[in-house]
Amino acid sequence: MAVIHGKVWKFGDNIDTDIIIPARYLILPIEEAKEKAMEPIRPSFSKEFEKSGIIIAGRNFGCGSSREQAPAVLRALGVSAIVAKTFARIFFRNTINLGIPAIECKEACDKIEEGEEIEIEPETGKIKLLKQAITLQGSKLPPFLLEIIKDGGLIPHLKKRLIIGV
Amino acid sequence: MAGKTMAEKILSHVAKKDVEAGDIIIVDVETVFAHDGTAPLAFEEMKKMGVDTFFDPNKVVIVTDHTTPSPSEKISNIHAFLRNYCRENGCNFRGVGRGIGHQLLIEEFVKPWTVVLGADSHTCTHGALGAFATGMGSTDIAGAMAFGKTWLKVPESFKILVEGELKSPVSAKDVILKIIGVIGADGATYMAMEFFGETVNSMGISERLTLSNMAVEAGGKTGLCPVDGKTIKFLAEHRRKGFFKNLKPDQDAYFSKEIAINAAELEPMIALPHTVDNVKAVSEVGELDVDQVFIGTCTNGRFEDFEIVAKILKGKKVANDTRLLVQPASWRVYLKIIERGIAATLIEAGASINPPGCGPCIGRHLGILGDGEVCLSTQNRNFKGRMGNEKAYIYLSSPATAAASAITGRITDPRDFYH
Repeated sequence: MAVIHGKVWKFGDNIDTDIIIPARYLILPIEEAKEKAMEPIRPSFSKEFEKSGIIIAGRNFGCGSSREQAPAVLRALGVSAIVAKTFARIFFRNTINLGIPAIECKEACDKIEEGEEIEIEPETGKIKLLKQAITLQGSKLPPFLLEIIKDGGLIPHLKKRLIIGV
Repeated sequence: MAGKTMAEKILSHVAKKDVEAGDIIIVDVETVFAHDGTAPLAFEEMKKMGVDTFFDPNKVVIVTDHTTPSPSEKISNIHAFLRNYCRENGCNFRGVGRGIGHQLLIEEFVKPWTVVLGADSHTCTHGALGAFATGMGSTDIAGAMAFGKTWLKVPESFKILVEGELKSPVSAKDVILKIIGVIGADGATYMAMEFFGETVNSMGISERLTLSNMAVEAGGKTGLCPVDGKTIKFLAEHRRKGFFKNLKPDQDAYFSKEIAINAAELEPMIALPHTVDNVKAVSEVGELDVDQVFIGTCTNGRFEDFEIVAKILKGKKVANDTRLLVQPASWRVYLKIIERGIAATLIEAGASINPPGCGPCIGRHLGILGDGEVCLSTQNRNFKGRMGNEKAYIYLSSPATAAASAITGRITDPRDFYH
């Protein structure tokens, strides 16, 4: 899998799904809903965000509802990876299912600054801070989940398996 | 070899092999559910997979509960799409006025010792009946609806031992708020919360459902209660006669975390804005005016909840500057509170009764808060903006605390009103 390179957008602890995408926007198509991402705490986020950026967050990122629209709006904005101290379970599963690497790293949120450029190796979980010239070790995803991300998400993964008949 | 937790027992039964925490398994799904907020995306994903039929339409349930009856053209069109899709594909559909999906699943579908999946985070509720029930996103649910299978990592379990007699009107809601306050909003992430002990044994099914419902608010994958005579009786009364084995953890099961709660010492508890683990005793809150009180939801919208509320509201009036919204979790609950005269007591006190559904809890209609307003709700989540306004403040409590506070118009300890 290719190394992910991007600029960092930083968030705190317990960023819940009602923050990532409030329920009243769930009826919008994802391409419109993405404009509302993070609106309750950072209304300008969708405008400021630059494609292929990486989100760094604290504990329990994505807690709350099962709404898949939460990682879906982040994907639509072009988020290339999410690194958090910990993820809420359903959000973690949804993120992988949509083909976005979700890496847990205890130090990332404290050591990495907003706007910094970093590189992530999804296979090894290594996170390189380019300016600070240090490397942090994040969680290694099990091969089973890496396969799903490599295929671009659960649907392409299942399709491929069904066609190949593995 | 160590004994098994309840989660390991159910998943070993379903996988038809001996499994333990950490194993990744593919299992058959017995019941799979989605609602008007998540089903359209699930059906879209099924289409992308190239599948247009359900693995077993009898095991698929679609409920329009999140925004019902529809407040807009857009939502009406979504409801119409779902109704037609379900009719064409022969699955179960529950529409306007029937109630909250979780409550309907409890009343009609869930069986112990099975896997229940829902495209809703509060699917953990069904663990109260001894099902391994967990919430997932629309893509996972699409896979389950199409193939009847899902992958799961057998979770580690969190032992939650509750002992001692709860002193009415302190209830299951106070117990679970206390637990979340202690272990935190991510205290049980990826884990099965297993509730047991003499207090859980003496709770009715309604109270056990309140415990399990909020497991996800501590990050839990599911919230399990034992299966005992009460569970079997409840199922038999709700069209699921049959043989269901009892369920409890083995004495020597391995729990990676544990906590003990002394129910006898517990006071009425409350969660303050804007996280569910921001918990205090009601007696510590001080003077705080309340604009809206909301009693209902999959957490506390059952008959037993309204019975306590009516006891407190009987012959009293809701404070002048406070609105009291009440919403039964299902049509069966609604009918029963009418038959038993409870609805009349609530209306006489000044309550407004919403039709069965999720209502204001998800902030789409039927009670959206104004700027700066304070709401005390019996729901499970108080996130910023949850009830439709980011400038409002949501507090969470038991039905008893909510009822007492509706009378005084400020956060009130229900023990002052309960005789």
